[in-house]
Amino acid sequence: MNERFVNILIVGAGPAGLAAAISARENGITSILIVERENEPGGILRQCIHNGFGLHRFKEELTGPEYAQRDIDRVTELGIPVECSTMVLSVSPDLTVTCISSSKGFQVIHAKAVVLAMGCRERPRGALCTPGTRCAGIYSAGTAQRFVNLEGCMPGKRVVILGSGDIGLIMARRMTLQGAKVLACVEIMPYSSGLNRNIVQCLEDYDIPLYLSHTVTDIRGRERLEGVTVSAVDENRMPVPGTEIEFDCDTLLLSCGLIPENELTSAAGIAISPATSGAIVDETFCTGVPGIFACGNVLHVHDLVDYVSDESFKAGAAAAAYVRGGRTESSFIAVRDGDGVRGTVPQKIRAAADQPVSLMFRPAAVYRNSAAVVDWDGKEICRKKAMIFTPGEMALVTLKAEDLRGISGGTLTVRIERS
Amino acid sequence: MERMITCINCPVGCRMTVALSESGEVVSVTGNTCPRGAAYARQECTLPERMITAVIPVEGSPVPLSVKTSKPVPKSLIPEVMRELGHVHVSLPVSAGQVILGNVLETGSDIVATRNLR
Repeated sequence: MNERFVNILIVGAGPAGLAAAISARENGITSILIVERENEPGGILRQCIHNGFGLHRFKEELTGPEYAQRDIDRVTELGIPVECSTMVLSVSPDLTVTCISSSKGFQVIHAKAVVLAMGCRERPRGALCTPGTRCAGIYSAGTAQRFVNLEGCMPGKRVVILGSGDIGLIMARRMTLQGAKVLACVEIMPYSSGLNRNIVQCLEDYDIPLYLSHTVTDIRGRERLEGVTVSAVDENRMPVPGTEIEFDCDTLLLSCGLIPENELTSAAGIAISPATSGAIVDETFCTGVPGIFACGNVLHVHDLVDYVSDESFKAGAAAAAYVRGGRTESSFIAVRDGDGVRGTVPQKIRAAADQPVSLMFRPAAVYRNSAAVVDWDGKEICRKKAMIFTPGEMALVTLKAEDLRGISGGTLTVRIERS
Repeated sequence: MERMITCINCPVGCRMTVALSESGEVVSVTGNTCPRGAAYARQECTLPERMITAVIPVEGSPVPLSVKTSKPVPKSLIPEVMRELGHVHVSLPVSAGQVILGNVLETGSDIVATRNLR
């Protein structure tokens, strides 16, 4: 059996894994290994050929491949190995990782710290309970994006898109530019979860209609998709009879949300948050199992890769500190979602925390001219005003080290106070 | 004449109304919260511009090459730029940043590779 030892093992060579590796190395750790199941590093950015990445981190607009290349170049420069075409089979609480590849076969790797950076995947048709036949021509938007941008083939000619997430909007434009006819983008909610910029530049620029408060209620076709039925929905998201619109199409793309990919995490016995579908972590991104860290979309779904990188630099530095043995035992302060707040990360803060702590969360609805407030056992300790909070953009409140002074237990509540 | 424009500069997404003269000149912008919105609305009503990204086939490579315009081009030229891209022949190897097609349609913008292909 092929068995070896490393200081830090990182699962996934997307933006999260690459940033964690760079940060761990820059914090003095040698013997770092990144394991990636695809045949090259870069993760989902490889197929995101549109621009708009890196505005926060690099102060310029890059395409996905360009953003990824900067981190790949740095990883190469630092001499950090990336083992591609290698699938991790298990991560155990004693920090032993098993993986398999056709070049090296089965491997057992013992690490002093593990960083989980597996990213997320798209919600599939089966999870949407859409009625109709099981024909060809139905893809998740990201699968279609891979076909068009990485494999150079078009999934179809006449397209309907269900869901108005950013990947669906981006694909409406891509398919149009490559010669397909996009008939409609259909969203069950009364608002789009995509960025304004994408609504304008991907739909309005190409006169693609956006049907809000509508959903697909039937799918027709025996071998290949022949058409879909779209109906209006009421306030309970139930279809309204008599509102059906028929579309003749050969392709249906689904852009209905992303789910962190946490099979390895759960199998390692790490507790998962129902609100984020990611691991429960402290402010150093350490999971419930000491020495196992999580960052990026596997922890919670982000809107911007810049924030994934930022979070992963912190997680990599924390993994480095863990390997050096610099972690002090500490009691925890719990963090809870309050009014108007969903999925706050981290879910707990070590009382020993001596650095500023960023609390990230998703607003439950659109709130204008409101404030995000952090209370400790009923007493306000931090407040941040904003012109707008929207579910489409992760919000952030940063607690300074002095905000937490004197607090060694109890519960912090993050809430939105409407004006 | 009036045109409605949704601002794309930030998540607030102001709905702006632009008043246009008969010759198409911007008379006023209302509904914006900040100067960036007004500037964007003016640009959209006079000469809207977009970055274009696409992929093109490369001889001998199963993976297509992703490319972008080096700067935004007039929105009205998007279909023509896409047609131009259909006539480009590229062969291996290609490096990120390499100019694939210079000064596309006399716009002053180059078509540039955004990845390496070996």
